[in-house]
Amino acid sequence: MEFSRRDTLALGLGAAALTVLPIRALAAADDAIAAFTGGADVAEGGVTLTAPEIAENGNTVPISVEAEGAAEIMVLAMGNPTPGVATFKFGELAGAHSASTRIRLAGTQDVVAIAKMADGSFAKASSTVKVTIGGCGG
Amino acid sequence: MKFKARTAFAALLLSVPAVAFADADDDKLVINGDLEIVTKAPAPAHLSDSLDEIMSGWHFRSDETQALEMDDFDNPGMIFVDQAIEAWNTVEGAAGKSCASCHEGPENMAGVRAVYPKWNETAGEVRTLEMQVNDCRTSRMEADAWKYTGGDMASMVALVTLQSRGMPVNVAIDGPAQATWEQGKELYYTRTGQLDLSCASCHEQNYGNMIRADHLSQGQINGFPAYRLKNSKLNSVHARFKGCVRDTRAETFKPGGPEFTALELYVASRGNGLSVEGPSVRN
Amino acid sequence: MAEGVKPRVKAPKKASAGEAVTIKTLISHQMESGQRKNKDGSIIPRSIINRFTCEFNGKSVIEVVMEAAISTNPYFEFEAVIPEAGDMVFTWYDDDGSVYTETKSVAIS
Repeated sequence: MEFSRRDTLALGLGAAALTVLPIRALAAADDAIAAFTGGADVAEGGVTLTAPEIAENGNTVPISVEAEGAAEIMVLAMGNPTPGVATFKFGELAGAHSASTRIRLAGTQDVVAIAKMADGSFAKASSTVKVTIGGCGG
Repeated sequence: MKFKARTAFAALLLSVPAVAFADADDDKLVINGDLEIVTKAPAPAHLSDSLDEIMSGWHFRSDETQALEMDDFDNPGMIFVDQAIEAWNTVEGAAGKSCASCHEGPENMAGVRAVYPKWNETAGEVRTLEMQVNDCRTSRMEADAWKYTGGDMASMVALVTLQSRGMPVNVAIDGPAQATWEQGKELYYTRTGQLDLSCASCHEQNYGNMIRADHLSQGQINGFPAYRLKNSKLNSVHARFKGCVRDTRAETFKPGGPEFTALELYVASRGNGLSVEGPSVRN
Repeated sequence: MAEGVKPRVKAPKKASAGEAVTIKTLISHQMESGQRKNKDGSIIPRSIINRFTCEFNGKSVIEVVMEAAISTNPYFEFEAVIPEAGDMVFTWYDDDGSVYTETKSVAIS
């Protein structure tokens, strides 16, 4: 099958339309990161983000974050309609700077954890979670 | 040619999750660090022509989902058990009774789940646990019956089920229950719907395989009511049957009706020897 | 108050002074995300628990700012240092203004 110029153009427009939403969500994520870091540099590493490689259901995905010496850890789901997940703020009686919870992921995407360290620096970790969508509704 | 190569590559990518999930695993289910659950057992005699081993649906789930059932605090189904404890002690209906008025503590229900569905001599029929709960509500408490697959009912069934957790499923299939059991067996092997599938097509002939992104289990019901991550609530056996039948694109039977009651007895009997495991956690 | 909200907390009854202990919390709540639609096609308004705090004898252990991506029946697990005997207070703040609290006493062994 040959693609005509018009077909190709239509495909391109379709693809452009499809990418609008993710771009908007990513912009919201960038805004959330900027608000959290105040635009400061974010180093890779120094944060541990534990998430399954494959989630059986996006409704309840277990995740854990840990960053020694962190004051706060923000978690973002980069592909959700609204990227915010949670911000953990550790108090003076925090035993370890770690926390676990269960989150919703709208589809396969990157989950990002950014830690604000006690010295004011920032560190980041990210993990791709594949979300399977089964056909057996029940 | 380029197109074909890309298709082949896509197919290769698609096969990755299937490999990661393949077959039932060999993990051991121990709840709260001390309650050992029998999740694999020799198939009962009546299945000798079709299965060697019976397996809980727990084995077909991911490690993360499995972990949710290994500690009662982590198991969200227990929220509903807590709610049912309140309902157990709440007086309702014209007779001024609660469940506790007759049965005292829920622990007196130990062993009940393991033998249900069960022949009821007075009623002259096989009854599910849900039918028995509603019989108590309407005739003893003189209260309104609960919706068969509703939240109140699923929670109460979970509370009663929990009292038998760890005991072997042992439903009777002979004597007066035999005719109902035969009817259930007939339903299990009858293909229905536009997709022309029977229960056996997926859960006897293809368990362990992937049906697109779903990892097929043996369809055992020893873990019901099941807390599903999908809908974040407890799901009753008949609600699950309804979903399965609907997935074959057939008209479903009515939850609480005679067909699903017969099917529940038959499917329960396929799990004779596994531990009562409810309330379980599934995807 | 949202219906049927019930907090559950797992914390040790005893700890040695200065010990870090594991705390688990679970609260029954729909966590309506504001992303879902009714049968008639209208958006179901967001209704979530938006904040959770844990304090021991008035000092902060952890505070969590929660968004709509936290699953139904929110679950948290974290560690707390127990410097002395006292009360651990857990508080959940609902979008609708409701506040749910639970208190656990911890003794020093």
